[in-house]
Amino acid sequence: MTVRPEDLVRPAAAAAEIEEPSAALTAGPAQPVPLLGWARRNLFDTVPNTLLTLAALWLLAEIVPPLLRWGLFDAVWSPAGGAAACREGTGACWALMGEKNRLMLFGVYPYDQHWRPALATALVVALLATSALRRFWRPWLAWAWGGGLVAVAALMWGGFAGLSPVETAQWGGLPLTLGLAVLGIVLAFPLSILLALGRRSDMPAIRALSVGYIELVRGVPLVSVLFMASVMFPLFLPEGVTVDKLLRALVGITLFTAAYLAEAVRGGLQAIPRGQEEAADALGLSYWQKMRKIVLPQALRLVIPPIVNQFISCFKDTSLVTIVGLYDLLAATKAALADPDWRPFFVEGYIAAALVYWAFCFFMSRYSQWLERELAKGTRR
Amino acid sequence: MPMERGRRVRALLYSARFRAAVYQVVVVAAVVALGWYLVHNTLANLAARGIATGLSFLGREAGFDIGESPIAFEASDSYLRALLVGLLNTLAVAVTGIVLASLLGLTVGIGRLSRNWLVARLATLYVEAVRNVPLLLQLFVWYGLVTALPGPKQALQPGLGVVLSNRGLKFPLPHWHYSYVAVLAALLAAVAAALVLRRWALARQNRTGQPFPWLPAGLGLMLGLPLLVFAAAGAPLDWDRPVLAGFNFRGGATLSPEFAALLAGLSVYTSSFIAEIVRSGILAVPAGQTEAALSLGLTRGQTLRLVVLPQALRVIVPPLTSQYLNLTKNSSLAVAIGYPDLVSVANTTINQTGQAVEGVAVVMSVFLVVSLSLSWLMNWYNAKVALVTR
Repeated sequence: MTVRPEDLVRPAAAAAEIEEPSAALTAGPAQPVPLLGWARRNLFDTVPNTLLTLAALWLLAEIVPPLLRWGLFDAVWSPAGGAAACREGTGACWALMGEKNRLMLFGVYPYDQHWRPALATALVVALLATSALRRFWRPWLAWAWGGGLVAVAALMWGGFAGLSPVETAQWGGLPLTLGLAVLGIVLAFPLSILLALGRRSDMPAIRALSVGYIELVRGVPLVSVLFMASVMFPLFLPEGVTVDKLLRALVGITLFTAAYLAEAVRGGLQAIPRGQEEAADALGLSYWQKMRKIVLPQALRLVIPPIVNQFISCFKDTSLVTIVGLYDLLAATKAALADPDWRPFFVEGYIAAALVYWAFCFFMSRYSQWLERELAKGTRR
Repeated sequence: MPMERGRRVRALLYSARFRAAVYQVVVVAAVVALGWYLVHNTLANLAARGIATGLSFLGREAGFDIGESPIAFEASDSYLRALLVGLLNTLAVAVTGIVLASLLGLTVGIGRLSRNWLVARLATLYVEAVRNVPLLLQLFVWYGLVTALPGPKQALQPGLGVVLSNRGLKFPLPHWHYSYVAVLAALLAAVAAALVLRRWALARQNRTGQPFPWLPAGLGLMLGLPLLVFAAAGAPLDWDRPVLAGFNFRGGATLSPEFAALLAGLSVYTSSFIAEIVRSGILAVPAGQTEAALSLGLTRGQTLRLVVLPQALRVIVPPLTSQYLNLTKNSSLAVAIGYPDLVSVANTTINQTGQAVEGVAVVMSVFLVVSLSLSWLMNWYNAKVALVTR
């Protein structure tokens, strides 16, 4: 019998009511509580609690009104007046968005071709949304991803059917961020399975290699891995062979993510009872048959939520490619703010970029929590 | 007897041990071959570009200045010393960041569990807003805010002698006085005495059942003894305050804008993760434990200190370790806002000498050593708080 965290959480969540019997008694069970009574029970029931509430209210009163004035009432919304109108006003300069949104979203991709990265982004988001629903977890989904990624690459590159070719050096903005995150996870996944299996192998040499790789990569910062990929990668290859800057960063991100993902997969492997493997052995299955048909299907189902979490941190980490000179969403925002006219309004620009990152990460983490409960339904007692 | 031999060969081919040995030899050979191929290419490329190999560049003159340094550094010092300065800067920001992030995370984590609806909502808002935005973006915002502060002449002075301007955060520091050594010695003596007191109190409680308030007594000792020595020395308190002189402030201690921005970014970002860890750790202690402790007559404080916290720590410490490691590794983002940490100094070194392999190797090995020692330290602590089973 194993104790799952959610079993431990449930009684503790009820602790609030148990610890305060007086409040439960005075209010009575399951009655519609008027707002005043609710406030008295939750905000002003004891002296320390009242002080806490007052402190929080004071904090809100200090922060919220100026923030609203700055962000809403005094803000400059229309880009018509340009940066000069913003400089005269005292509020936020949302006109910046009207002026620079294309540069922030798509980087230096040729302006008249922006529908291509926009379509590519929509395609990736649609694929992500489709994969989120369990009812679509069918073999055709893998084919859809394969076809979708080829279509995205073709759209971005162009060079056929009248689409002008666009070099990877000109790719940028949100499509680059999404592409690096998605490809980073997709490519790291097979490698991470091999590493996780290697770490649990009986063969000492293979185990040592896997452990060495995983711990080495997890011990160093992503920035240094990216530097290595951008500076040392050209040295590793035979003379005269050059590799695209974007591809170098992608290799760095993939190798880095694989080590973290391998630990998540290992967690799933460890949760499979030993009897499953022994039964497979007794049936005479080979190692790979055993893994492919018995162990991995059960283990990978368990690690889907950690994989989603890893995807979230990979999505945030792609912002580091800014440092090695790629134009992802963050770097494109920075480039937009390099315009001396608009530089004073950097906070507005970063808030807009942060909202994009936040929306993706917040909904994915909510999804991961929902999925964890959803997948645990079958095993809950 | 060819049949006999054939069977033995077959038995060997099908034996698990023989196969395992073959697989391992093949994999190791492949890895070694790949490594040799990469090293061979690298050496050929370096030779073609006329770049020397080896660590001898460490002894050469660095030739660049470093903005801030805890030890004396000049452009004529060696690359080794430059890298050492970078390492010390990294450690400085990592250690202060860990302390600040822990305090902030603990506060917010407990706030999320508060019975006070408003406080719990505010804490949740903080966590969800901070952890879903990339750290690098937050650093850019902090750095932008710090450098957009008014100049020294219009500096913000929030009180207590603290001065905020675009030259950084300046605060007063007492002038050094020889009696401070005695105060420090008194503090150390008080800590030792408090530990002895705790030992004696617990031993007596085990023997006779009589409790002794060792915690308040020990804290009083640690606060009182140094204060007593300080007073006996005549309370030599002479503040070195930052004062405006020309175009900048003189005196006091300074946090550079880069350090302040990096510290703020790292602490705030990591604190949102620590808050979640603290919350789940406290939630993991079953409510029955609290009820049992209260029904035994323990006070709320005792329940928290003796029953809930020791059990929560078991859940908290392992993920906390990885957050500390993350903070240390994330401090390398300093390179993006120009704080001279190890990665940024190594980057300059690589650009000047072209010795990328050695530079990256130095950075990676230093981070490995730091990571391994930190996780060893936390594992040691974890072993101390872990559940002892039969």
